Amino acid sequence: MLDQKQHVNLPQGSIEKTTTTLNLGPTHPATHGVFQNILEIDGERIVSAESTVGYIHRAFEKIAERRPYYQITPLTDRLNYCSSPINNMGWHLTVEKLLGIEVPKRVDYLRVIIMELARIADHLICNAVMGVDTGALTGFVYLMTYRELIYEIYEEICGSRLTTNIGRVGGFERNFTPVAWEKIHRFLEEYPKALKEFETLLTRNRIFIERTQGVGGIDAKRAMSYGFTGPNLRAAGVDYDVRVATPYCSYQDFDFTVPVGTTGDCYDRYLVRNAEMWESISIIRQAVEKLKDLPDDVYHAKVPEFYLPPKQDVYTKMEALIYHFKIVMGETDIVPGEVYSSVEGANGELGFYLISDGGRSPYRLHFRRPCFIYYQAYAELVQGAMISDAIICMSSLNLIAGELDA
Amino acid sequence: MSLTNERIQQRLTEKFGDVVTGYEEPYGMLTFTAQRESNLKVMQFLFDDEELRFQFLTDITAVHYPERKNEELAVIYHLHNFVDNVRIRMKVFAPVAAPKVYTATSLFLSANWMERETYDFFGIDFVGHPNLKRILNVDEMTYFPMRKEFPLEDSMRIDKDDEMFGRGGNI
Repeated sequence: MLDQKQHVNLPQGSIEKTTTTLNLGPTHPATHGVFQNILEIDGERIVSAESTVGYIHRAFEKIAERRPYYQITPLTDRLNYCSSPINNMGWHLTVEKLLGIEVPKRVDYLRVIIMELARIADHLICNAVMGVDTGALTGFVYLMTYRELIYEIYEEICGSRLTTNIGRVGGFERNFTPVAWEKIHRFLEEYPKALKEFETLLTRNRIFIERTQGVGGIDAKRAMSYGFTGPNLRAAGVDYDVRVATPYCSYQDFDFTVPVGTTGDCYDRYLVRNAEMWESISIIRQAVEKLKDLPDDVYHAKVPEFYLPPKQDVYTKMEALIYHFKIVMGETDIVPGEVYSSVEGANGELGFYLISDGGRSPYRLHFRRPCFIYYQAYAELVQGAMISDAIICMSSLNLIAGELDA
Repeated sequence: MSLTNERIQQRLTEKFGDVVTGYEEPYGMLTFTAQRESNLKVMQFLFDDEELRFQFLTDITAVHYPERKNEELAVIYHLHNFVDNVRIRMKVFAPVAAPKVYTATSLFLSANWMERETYDFFGIDFVGHPNLKRILNVDEMTYFPMRKEFPLEDSMRIDKDDEMFGRGGNI
């Protein structure tokens, strides 16, 4: 028998409370990243949720204020690490916009190939993981093979796989190797089949539909107010795509559609991402076609003041040595100015707001991270849903912790 | 399609006169400065007006200019009109001693976290914000790290005896 006078320090109001507090995260096996959500649950229904972010904040904006421009590229890798080439390209494009550098068409098309491969890698993971969270591991295994292939393509081009640091201001550090082309062709050959199989597994799957349809839905107006961009906004029915709205990298030369959904729920997000993968494959095919008409030895713009010369030239040629020294020691003049440039990242509009005061490093650099902005809608999306729905909702939003916290 | 920067500037000048100043067009984006007390009025006008329709908030951030007296902190809003596909940039300057700026959360739900982030790093006090607390940094932090008075270590410094990290003592 408990003595009535026992002093147990319970928080105020905890005995009268009818709901349970559940900590989902920060390190929960089902949340794919460092996300903490404090859920108030009534039975299994979520009454309210509060998201805590910042677990992997690394102060990139501050670090960038001390780094020369070419050393900021590795920082952008670590934003959305599932599709780092898009972040790298976004950064190069921002600097090129600031400096007014025109890059050759071939560089644009090569960049498009890399960016679309990265988009496929990102969407593939998101959709495959949605399958895993609804209990279908098979599709995940099917598609992961091809993410591996995409990583091998990166490796052929820049030497690394996950945090790629690919390209430079003005173009690429080296031309695509024959092995890279061979792998790109293999990817274009094999991936559509795997994607088709994956879709056969999930798209019309009764269990998958029941688990995702009507879960985590949001209407277009609210999605816009919450700052949604990318596939999540398009799933709600707004056809906003940076590639179409403000084309960069010659995206205007390509013929592709922007898939949209209607309800903005998990199922629509899944469909939009799948449709975008098909579009990306088609864009890569078009780019490969277009490249046939262009000289195949151009892979960077002629901007020696900003583009690091090949190392063997640095050792043997005077001019290359001078440019190398000036770039590395930060003695190249950068024009002062302020510029906002954005690319269509895998999750939405990835923006770079850059203020240069003419110095070696940016005066201020701000990343507009799509994840960070739309994650605040999560509490609303899961309200009234089950805990298992909250998990699917999170994976269908494709939250990437690195992008969330910068 | 038809909405030009000149037209936006004209509409803003008609409506607000001296409240909105400093029109510029760096890299094609119309940039202007609004008075601190009227930031919300200007944004509301840009939102509601049938011609302007700036109904998407792309980004909120801040910049610290220590040498500008009484307007050390600049809050920067990037707004987007999806229909005509036009972007604009609005700046609001606030003194670092009392950086009070009205919150945009009543207009845009997305402003909530963006303002929390700006508060977290620059200490901008968004008046009327429903939940203005730190978001990326720890709650116990007592300073605003993105301000310029907190410089990072100079990567070129040579006075440090730090053999463990490859910077031997006597360079």
